[in-house]
Amino acid sequence: MMTFELDYAPDEEQAGQAPIATAVRTSRAARHVTLEPTKEYSPQTQWMIAVRDHQDKSAYLQLFDHFAPRLKGYLMRSGMSDAQAEDIVQDAMLSVWRKAHLFDPHRAAVSSWIYQIARNRQIDVIRKEKRPVPEELKQPEETEEDASQIVGLEQELSKLRDALQTLSPDQRQVIEHAYLGELSHKDIREKTGLPLGTIKSRIRLGLTRLRHELKGLNRS
Amino acid sequence: MTSIAHHIPDHLLQAYAAGTLHYSMDMVIAAHVSMCDECRARLAAHECAGGAVLEEARSVGVSQGMRARVLAALDAPCDMRPPRRASGVFPAPVMEALSGQPPKWQKMGAGVRQSLLHADKAGSVRLLYIPGGQAVPDHGHHGLELTLVLQGAFSDEGGRFGVGDVEVADDSVEHTPIAEIGPACICLAATEGSLRFNALIPRLLQPFLRI
Repeated sequence: MMTFELDYAPDEEQAGQAPIATAVRTSRAARHVTLEPTKEYSPQTQWMIAVRDHQDKSAYLQLFDHFAPRLKGYLMRSGMSDAQAEDIVQDAMLSVWRKAHLFDPHRAAVSSWIYQIARNRQIDVIRKEKRPVPEELKQPEETEEDASQIVGLEQELSKLRDALQTLSPDQRQVIEHAYLGELSHKDIREKTGLPLGTIKSRIRLGLTRLRHELKGLNRS
Repeated sequence: MTSIAHHIPDHLLQAYAAGTLHYSMDMVIAAHVSMCDECRARLAAHECAGGAVLEEARSVGVSQGMRARVLAALDAPCDMRPPRRASGVFPAPVMEALSGQPPKWQKMGAGVRQSLLHADKAGSVRLLYIPGGQAVPDHGHHGLELTLVLQGAFSDEGGRFGVGDVEVADDSVEHTPIAEIGPACICLAATEGSLRFNALIPRLLQPFLRI
């Protein structure tokens, strides 16, 4: 099977580095982005905004080369064959391009947005019917970007990834399996005590921010 | 937005994010999240955790052919149907299941009506229409049951449930929901496994009503 190289060395993204440091190192990505201020955003967020606002194909390629191999690895771990996983990755990554206008960095990290798109697609394929999904929030006509909000969410996520890194291998596996969909919630409750609590408290911090953001959105 | 008092428990939001629930549970959770900002935020947090796991996933190289196909498709026209919106009391995921049409009600006796949205061996989800003051037949169930109020309100052993509230009952609960006096109560009710009614007659009817 043919493979291709990732754009950058894998060690750059290990160990939960601060988004700022990563953004500075991959400054070439910032060239695609005209919105200001964006320098503090993670490269993934910058690429996604460039895709959303400018249909920027080179930014899309960066996203593809970052996420497609991860998605494939993730789908194969959840029990799909190589060919099945490739089909889902293809559909999901095309959706990332086609649904880019729905991406809102105030409410979702690029990774969580893509996670959710791929997960829904995977379930549609397995069930051969459309999975019920929540109604999309109506976006206000003029969205003013709140950089502190976006950076705050990214920092929260970075803390969450750090928390994942500090778990013991066993504990971490339980969390990974939970979000890969391999374990029922009952299994998780049986297999974890404290670690899931740690994750949950991290999630809760993120929640507060997300909730404030949601309250600010115009709903009709 | 009315104030919602009864929400989706965290472990079910996590399971929804991970995609491990039955279609019927997915339907009620998606409908509730469509109506509830708090649960939308909590679900988003679980999706963030899922995204963090994805970021850490071991990469497996994708084929050049697939990569080329995706790139070639970027400029291709695509006619994506815009997602259905909520209509009347019915949230968007319910309108999707109804294909945008009004529900087809089936009489169950005593003014109670149902409209089955989906049923298979593992579970089912339906709309229930209960006239004000009327009780839903007394029932227990084998698995998990989620009931989301779309119009009116009902009360049972678990408390009072108004628009947007969701009642979570497991197989230990035997409850008798009674619709409040006033406008009819419309609910979206999902079960894993079949309901079992306590009275003899409804039990005999069960195969026909597919409850």
